[in-house]
Amino acid sequence: MKRHLLSAGDLSRDDVTLVLDTAAELAKVASRPVKKLPTLRGRTAVNLFFEDSTRTRTSFEVAAKRLSADVINFSAKGSSVAKGESLKDTALTLEAMGADAVIVRHQASGTPLRLTNWIGGSVINAGDGTHEHPTQALLDAYTMRERLGRLEGLRVVIVGDVLHSRVARSNVLLLATAGAEVTLVGPPTLLPVGVEAWPSATSYDLDAVLPKCDVVMMLRVQQERMNAAFFPSAREYSRRYGLDARRMASLPEHAIVMHPGPMNRGMEIAAEVADSMRSTVTEQVANGVSVRMAVLYLLLGGAEPAIGAEPEAEEVVA
Amino acid sequence: MTRFLLRGVRPLGCEPADLLLDEGRITETGPGLDAAGAEVVDGDGLVALPGLVDLHTHLREPGREDAETVETGTRAAAAGGYTAVFAMPNTDPAADTAGVVEQVWRLGREAGYADVQPIGAVTVGRAGSRLAELGAMADSAARVRVFSDDGDCVSDAVLMRRALEYVKAFDGVVAQHAQEPRLTEGAQMNESALSGVLGLRGWPAVAEEAVVARDALLAGHVRSRVHVCHVSTAGSVEIVRWAKAKGWQVTAEVTPHHLMLTEELARSYDPLYKVNPPLRTAEDVHALREALADGTVDCVATDHAPHSLEYKEAEWPAAAPGMLGLETALSAVQEAMVDTGLLDWAGVAERTSARPAAIGRLAGHGRPLAAGEPANVVLYDPSARWVVDPARLASRSRNTPYAGRELPGRVVATFLRGRPTVLEGKPV
Repeated sequence: MKRHLLSAGDLSRDDVTLVLDTAAELAKVASRPVKKLPTLRGRTAVNLFFEDSTRTRTSFEVAAKRLSADVINFSAKGSSVAKGESLKDTALTLEAMGADAVIVRHQASGTPLRLTNWIGGSVINAGDGTHEHPTQALLDAYTMRERLGRLEGLRVVIVGDVLHSRVARSNVLLLATAGAEVTLVGPPTLLPVGVEAWPSATSYDLDAVLPKCDVVMMLRVQQERMNAAFFPSAREYSRRYGLDARRMASLPEHAIVMHPGPMNRGMEIAAEVADSMRSTVTEQVANGVSVRMAVLYLLLGGAEPAIGAEPEAEEVVA
Repeated sequence: MTRFLLRGVRPLGCEPADLLLDEGRITETGPGLDAAGAEVVDGDGLVALPGLVDLHTHLREPGREDAETVETGTRAAAAGGYTAVFAMPNTDPAADTAGVVEQVWRLGREAGYADVQPIGAVTVGRAGSRLAELGAMADSAARVRVFSDDGDCVSDAVLMRRALEYVKAFDGVVAQHAQEPRLTEGAQMNESALSGVLGLRGWPAVAEEAVVARDALLAGHVRSRVHVCHVSTAGSVEIVRWAKAKGWQVTAEVTPHHLMLTEELARSYDPLYKVNPPLRTAEDVHALREALADGTVDCVATDHAPHSLEYKEAEWPAAAPGMLGLETALSAVQEAMVDTGLLDWAGVAERTSARPAAIGRLAGHGRPLAAGEPANVVLYDPSARWVVDPARLASRSRNTPYAGRELPGRVVATFLRGRPTVLEGKPV
């Protein structure tokens, strides 16, 4: 039985379509005077956030509440073995409380998969370290499909700190499944070793790829990367990989500009680009609620949860 | 002292013979020996090897007795067929003075399951800034000959050079944990396409190979002995091969887990498979097996690293690196090297007993199975199969990467100077 959403790679093409179609249906609720469905009444969803993320936590909270689920926000300090409650004890506590879904954000890659060892309910990955953020990829796909009408054959350029980006990883997996063509662009220092093996192309030259794309997705660049010699200065980064008005002008007429937020205006994205008609930044936020409603609905709603695949852990260990 | 007649064993896998153990020595070998007054051990089908010697064991005492003690660790050693282990100095306090190494050495003598030969820290507190009193440790009752900051690399080139030079005065060797620290800050697993996919920070092969190359050059330059701990990459093998061809005194060890397991296990994010240096690729495993077979890598060393459960039930980056090794080492060597045709049992004895004893300058171990030699003997049944059950290990910890896995071969008996430490597969 499919129970968890840990990686965008767990989703088949049909799963993706189902989530996005379901999200489109559920989005209609948002335009009603009463924005609430009784679907998950009596079910409990726990927001287990080890890392501060008001945006993602709130998005899941709104999604769950619109489906009438009870929502518990459980913020935990970054756990360590030496001090504080261990991950296992936190998991066992939530399990004892009878959580139907645990939505987890953690600074350590792989933590959602670890939690499935101790939690009987559904585990939803809301961002783990530098690994994945599958609901972000789903809401991005939803936004692309809504704006451009399809995913198949779309040329998507993802720009920036791919090395540390869970958004990029999930998008590459999901978009490849959906039949889009992804190109990753960034300084070589911020593209992971072995990226050639990913189902995407890579380029170091942003100007070369912009005229031939349908979607350009800018990734947030953390200031601290500068100190670790990933690039010489914020200005140089911005010059080579930032999306400013001049670069935006080289995009095809229909192309859209995406950003998972929060944005560093003036760094990876110029203010006039962020506020332009091409920008989907606020739509992405709105779509995030619909997509997360769809995920919760499909994982918890029916007798037979419909999306996601069982994690591969067992077969790998064997 | 009881005399033991090991009846019909196959010394180094050769034709069956009897071995008579008396007064701590092998007194007679050959077919049909007289059993008069001796306890007979039926050795039919068992391979007899010299007691194994581990150049790389973490016994955790003093400091982390919750994970392992000298007693439990040497019991595990005996259960794995070992009669001597070299204890790494990353204890608390670190084994960086004559006092601490003597304490560990004495605890080993009291436990009695295996000889414990302490390794001394190269630098004070293993902090990598000042040389520890290497001479005092060498002159102590523990007679330390191997020095290492294992777990941490002696990354400072000048300090490494001085250590290599200094230990020449007492025929010592510096055992290097080769890990360039800046290239491995926060590193979690082998850097590869897989680490990129899993979002775990990479530990690149070059961080090991750069240090192996530098140390080989230094050892050649000052004509001293360097030993490379837990070689894990195909590139390191190439460098060691090159250094040996130069005639430099460079030796190397490989762990059983680097002969058996690959980085693919990290997909589970189960920190049981987190170890330092990390599990590498199938190509590396292949190169390490070949190198052990052709002698480029001198010996097998377990890097037995016990950790209590809470350090392995954490999220991957928070978990402690390391895995148990002593009780599964010979089975792993059989599966990786013998059953694949890469080594015969004489080769296994060389790589698991004679060479490590020679590198560590440990007298009385790693000797031939011949009359007059110390009666350090392990009897091993290569036709047995067993499923590893962590709860049934002699170690105090449970972090074996082979839990639930079937392995070939079982240690049936271990003798330390003629006294059984294991009989019928169980520590005595």
